[in-house]
Amino acid sequence: MAKRIDVSGLTAYYGSHKAIEDISMSVEPRSVTAFIGPSGCGKSTFLRTLNRMHEVTPGGRVEGKVMLDNEDLYAGGVDPVSVRRTIGMVFQRPNPFPTMSIYDNVAAGLRLNGSYKKAQLDDVVEKSLKGANLWNEVKDRLNKPGSGLSGGQQQRLCIARAIAVEPQVLLMDEPCSALDPISTLAIEDLICELKERFTIVIVTHNMQQAARVSDRTAFFNLAAVGQPGKLIEIDDTERIFSNPSVQATEDYISGRFG
Amino acid sequence: MDIAPTASAAPQNPPPKDPSGKDSATRPGDRIFLGLSRGSGIALLVIMAAIAVFLTWRTLVALAENEGNFLTTFEWSANADPPVFGIAVLAYGTIVSSIIAMLLAVPVAVGIALFISHYAPRRIATPLAYVVDLLAAVPSIIYGLWGALFLVPHLTGLYEWFDQFLGWTGILSYDGGAPRSLFTVGILLAIMILPIVTNVSREVFKQSPKMQEEAALALGATRWEVVRMAVLPFGRSGVISASMLGLGRALGETMAVATVLSPNFLINVSLLNPGGGTFAQNIAAGFKEAGDIGRDALIASGLVLFVITLLVNGAARLIIARRKEYSGANA
Repeated sequence: MAKRIDVSGLTAYYGSHKAIEDISMSVEPRSVTAFIGPSGCGKSTFLRTLNRMHEVTPGGRVEGKVMLDNEDLYAGGVDPVSVRRTIGMVFQRPNPFPTMSIYDNVAAGLRLNGSYKKAQLDDVVEKSLKGANLWNEVKDRLNKPGSGLSGGQQQRLCIARAIAVEPQVLLMDEPCSALDPISTLAIEDLICELKERFTIVIVTHNMQQAARVSDRTAFFNLAAVGQPGKLIEIDDTERIFSNPSVQATEDYISGRFG
Repeated sequence: MDIAPTASAAPQNPPPKDPSGKDSATRPGDRIFLGLSRGSGIALLVIMAAIAVFLTWRTLVALAENEGNFLTTFEWSANADPPVFGIAVLAYGTIVSSIIAMLLAVPVAVGIALFISHYAPRRIATPLAYVVDLLAAVPSIIYGLWGALFLVPHLTGLYEWFDQFLGWTGILSYDGGAPRSLFTVGILLAIMILPIVTNVSREVFKQSPKMQEEAALALGATRWEVVRMAVLPFGRSGVISASMLGLGRALGETMAVATVLSPNFLINVSLLNPGGGTFAQNIAAGFKEAGDIGRDALIASGLVLFVITLLVNGAARLIIARRKEYSGANA
């Protein structure tokens, strides 16, 4: 169910602007990899290239290879829609479908993939909401709109929606930056549970968060504004935060920079 | 000597003396703006009331003279002695032609709006939107002339085809002759309301939140599924409003209908055969030659059109309000 990702020589553009350049890294299955770095260094752009969401932006294009196990996501003939069905994504701001009920939000991905019987859907919805630690809070109001939940609950609803389709990989783009500390803690606990089942990649501005939840950490940086972002180093989280091999990483995490 | 019942507190601290409160409450700009905006609001209500009173009064005058049943009579001889007139045919024709126009125009308009907002590349979308705007700028008499001189002669073939395959339904049977019928009027009205429905829908679709579109994309939705999950639900109330604006125009359209329709006072089961009439068309056709009672009778029919339009708008608001909890406004 969880697959590994191998990225090699990946460069992404917005029109003629090169946003990230020549990034290569591997992400192990059933692990949490955190991306840290200053704003504008291309962490989110890189994350969005992993499920081919980058090319949705007008002018967005990508060069290089992203291998999911042995399948190149950017090979000719690969349908981006089916890539996104196997690689789920959670966004910075909670974005449940406001016109759908809580139940329908979770079931949305399944319904895209084909028709299911009501009982099957009920099972998946319950399992996903339990998986997102939200079931007890919403089980009595599954038919109410998802937009009526609190921000933290909405974000967990979005996680439930993403895991309902049993993706291979779960990408999270600053999932806690719009949440209060208690909701953040709930999401972080959830991430630790989810990594038993999924490969997780998380972008975060919060270095304590990276230290708390991730197994490996990648540090991104850019030489100057307008220059493309680059991967400086990726290593075990413990090492990155105690004894990084590149000076820029140490400067960044110790607050001397960025 | 002090008359105020709360005399004990009053003389000690007179509230208007407070310098800061006085300053902000009586600034001349604020006062002028308040007067202007309040005056505009009151003027609107007064004008509306005056129109309503005028229409009602003339209607009552006309109804007092009417020898027929105003609601069910299939005849309009308001200038005869005694006057006999009824709105049954006009109400039927107005509503049927407008419904035909809505059925034809709304799906096409939503399609064009989606194409412009979500499918077309910008270099196609911009000129296309401009062309749709141009459609709205054409005066209705031009549509009428085009309808009478081009559309009517060219619809015969289509109507014969309808008659051959769908004639058994009754409503789509066709006996030949110039198709100056309610269906032709419906087609013409559909073209006329297309721009307004398209433009309003397009603006609503453009504002659909990017966040939800990305959520749908990330779940593995195709472009159509994104539209279905994140754009159409968000835009639903906007499309209803747009349709109602279009319906309002279709209900009241005068010149184009008067030019195309060959009116009579019969309700024809077939929509394709000539005949029928609408409120606005009947007023335009009869107002010049009408005597006193004739004019009042036409005004009475105008009041009915006014009430129908009000009901349509009220119904639209109900539909929108009922789904408010789920609307995109809560996002």
